[in-house]
Amino acid sequence: MRCAVIQFAGSSGDGDCFHVCKNILNKAVEFVFYKESFAPEDFDLIILPGGASHGDYLRPGALAARSKVMKSVIEAAKAKKLVLGIGNGFQILLEVGLLPGAVLMNKGLKFFCDDVFVRVENPDTPFTALYKKGEIIRMPLACKYGNYYADGETIKGLKADNKIVFSYCDEKGNSTFESNPTGSIENIAGIVNSEGNVLGLMPHPERCAEELLGNTDGLRIFESVVRYIEGGKANGRS
Amino acid sequence: MYTVRVYIYYKSGVLDPQSGAIKATLSDLGFDQIHDVETGRFYSLKIDAQDISSAQAIANELCEKLLTNPVIEDYEFEIMEA
Repeated sequence: MRCAVIQFAGSSGDGDCFHVCKNILNKAVEFVFYKESFAPEDFDLIILPGGASHGDYLRPGALAARSKVMKSVIEAAKAKKLVLGIGNGFQILLEVGLLPGAVLMNKGLKFFCDDVFVRVENPDTPFTALYKKGEIIRMPLACKYGNYYADGETIKGLKADNKIVFSYCDEKGNSTFESNPTGSIENIAGIVNSEGNVLGLMPHPERCAEELLGNTDGLRIFESVVRYIEGGKANGRS
Repeated sequence: MYTVRVYIYYKSGVLDPQSGAIKATLSDLGFDQIHDVETGRFYSLKIDAQDISSAQAIANELCEKLLTNPVIEDYEFEIMEA
């Protein structure tokens, strides 16, 4: 399995993602600069990391979405390669149209930086097969623009097709005003595309993927991908 | 050469947390007559174009390709000879 971590100007989660692929998963991983391009067959997993790319100028993810490397990411997504967008990476996927919707400023108007709880709504994706449906996990969230928005029709479609993968909740699994610091519609924390091979989420699984950090709740996202790629689709579920 | 002034607003129905906060603070300051606050962005561009209609076409295209996100935003612009 070969992984790519895309580096945009201003990315800051790139090193963490690279570290998880290389040292935790023990997989081949390369950085790809945003001015470069690659072929769909070059990588099995492409990670768009967090960190305000291009200074969040214009809108979060807007300038990164129009960079050269994103043409390659779109081609790879079309070829059913796995694409994982974390934080700003999720915003880039929205801006480039690989996922539906957009982000607005958090309801509290502040940069939010703390652990959050999310419920695994859909374990039937290449990214979540090692979680149980309804499982509550804890991940760090760090964003000012995490307030996911889409029009009513889009939300209806996401719900009907089970494309909401993670939603904010409290420790016990209740979704309340307080448990969703972003204000996102339907408490959405992460969604997949209709084909299931592109996942975007606001919380940071790469920052809770090893014992040293005191939390490994995010690790199974990466392990699910390894299982999917190396174990074959049919054996994806544990 | 034309100057294009682009105004970008949230579409109606898109909740803008900033405008709510601004309205609340205005109310705290005693501006009880304020019923609605809209926030947005503004860009000014200089465009080389043959005539005003081609400047308009360029402005429309760049608004749709980059300056706005059609999921949440609408735009309008004014053009004047620079």
